[in-house]
Amino acid sequence: MTKTAASPVLEIKGLDKFRGKTQVLHGIDLCVNAGERLALLGHNGAGKSTLIKAVLGLIQAEGGSIQICGARPGSAAARSDTAFLPEAVSFHPALTGQEQLTMFDRLMGAGGDVNALLQRVGLGDAMQRRIDTYSKGMRQRLGLAQVLLGRPKLALLDEPTSGLDPISRQDLYAIIDELAAKGTAVLIASHALTEVEARTDRIAILRQGVKVADDTLDNLSRRAGLPVRLRLQTTGPDADQVARKTGGRRINGASVEIICTPQDKMAELRRIASMGDTVVDIDMQPPRLEDLYRYYSTQEEQS
Amino acid sequence: MRILAIFRAEMLILRRNLWIVMATLIMLAFALALSFAGSAPTGTLGVDMLTVSVASMTTLSVYLAPLLALMMGFDAISGDRDRGSLALLLSYPAGRAEILSGKFLAHLTALSIAMTIGFGAAGACAAWFGGAGAESLIALARLVLTSILLGAVFLLLGYCLSALSGSTTAAAGLSAGLWLVFVVLYDLALLGAVVMDSDGIFTQQLFPWVMVANPADAFRLWNIAASESVALTSGMAGAAASLPAWAAPLSLLLWPVLGFALARTAFQRLEP
Repeated sequence: MTKTAASPVLEIKGLDKFRGKTQVLHGIDLCVNAGERLALLGHNGAGKSTLIKAVLGLIQAEGGSIQICGARPGSAAARSDTAFLPEAVSFHPALTGQEQLTMFDRLMGAGGDVNALLQRVGLGDAMQRRIDTYSKGMRQRLGLAQVLLGRPKLALLDEPTSGLDPISRQDLYAIIDELAAKGTAVLIASHALTEVEARTDRIAILRQGVKVADDTLDNLSRRAGLPVRLRLQTTGPDADQVARKTGGRRINGASVEIICTPQDKMAELRRIASMGDTVVDIDMQPPRLEDLYRYYSTQEEQS
Repeated sequence: MRILAIFRAEMLILRRNLWIVMATLIMLAFALALSFAGSAPTGTLGVDMLTVSVASMTTLSVYLAPLLALMMGFDAISGDRDRGSLALLLSYPAGRAEILSGKFLAHLTALSIAMTIGFGAAGACAAWFGGAGAESLIALARLVLTSILLGAVFLLLGYCLSALSGSTTAAAGLSAGLWLVFVVLYDLALLGAVVMDSDGIFTQQLFPWVMVANPADAFRLWNIAASESVALTSGMAGAAASLPAWAAPLSLLLWPVLGFALARTAFQRLEP
């Protein structure tokens, strides 16, 4: 793994965390540099939220160290450098969006333009309304607005897109890109690879409290050499013939599925293109998070 | 100022939830009712009506001030935790003591408004209809201030339970239990002990001190000991006389300090 020359904003070394007798984090090492977007992937219960809580200083780890710009988690310096968006963020229902954000702004001592920030996340019309009238997506947007307060050095986003519609997701990633462009180190915890694959610089995978991978998605996929699925839509009567020719598998009336390695992908596509009109459409499915997991977790067990 | 930021948000919440209005109305209704219902013995005791009214309201406040305070305070921390907004709040630079202080000041302000308006209005009525003197006016002021102090103690104890309990429902149950113990059972237990002891060492030496250690009793004793005519009307002069004058005020002033320390310790240990 290559490291940039910049000193990391977040540096985690050998972090161990126990819940009772069960170890939920095993010697986690993780760095996020200024302006970098790191996706922390893992299924529910893999330890993502626990890791974030440890970085926030909300829970004490039993071993290892965490530094946020050189400061201890939970210290005043670390807390003013860090922004946090919890999973399924919630606020006091009796306050309006504007009042809630004003409170956070005062706590930060940021003195920011709260109204402009609410406009930015698309809550301009709703800011005078009580939060109990907000939809889940609107609460998430309010949560994002408070992340933008006071130019954080580190932003920890736990499942930031949960409850958001596709358009809102795009807006959210646009805002995340903006944050990173201004030099904020962004850590996005998610259980969906497809969500973050195009919008992050690096991916770390947690599996049952163990970090099983930490690299760019390209490198991870290449090293894993996981197969790509091609799904062909045929005219119908020719499906069997296409399946025979390509060595694929007929999966329903008119579709054929081919599984090939990334290296063979282009050759396969050229072959399909040469079949002419019998192939109506083609879909390509890159390996999913589950496939990557399975690969890296079994790797871990073998080594 | 971070305490102020929390304070302002909490005040908005109290206003919007109609807590201030409700608490004030409750205080007003009970205080007025007691003042007029309790005005009968004025002539026989030879004191003005405000004095009698203050004595009645002291008894009322022993029950009502802790109850209102606990109702306001029980979900102060567990509510945020249940809702899932506590972790976010704790990720901000405000320390836990600051968060607690902000909430406390807001709740205390709401209680103060309710106490001042409730007892003040009832006192004004009593004075208007039955007369008042300098001493009874001071007694009224003392009642308002000590009621706020008593409320402060139970607000803080409520926060403590709120931080210790796993959920808001548990916090509500524990608060009801706490109220019952301090306001009802404690005195009953003491009474039982006195009866069992039949004028022994406990009754003569220990009893007044054990009694004054309870903030609710300290509140009662302070109001009664300080005003001879109030003591006369409430018939508690005996217990008050056997203690030094500073005992009840000291207890009632120490309890908020102790309560804050307990609440802060409980909150500090909490993992959201």
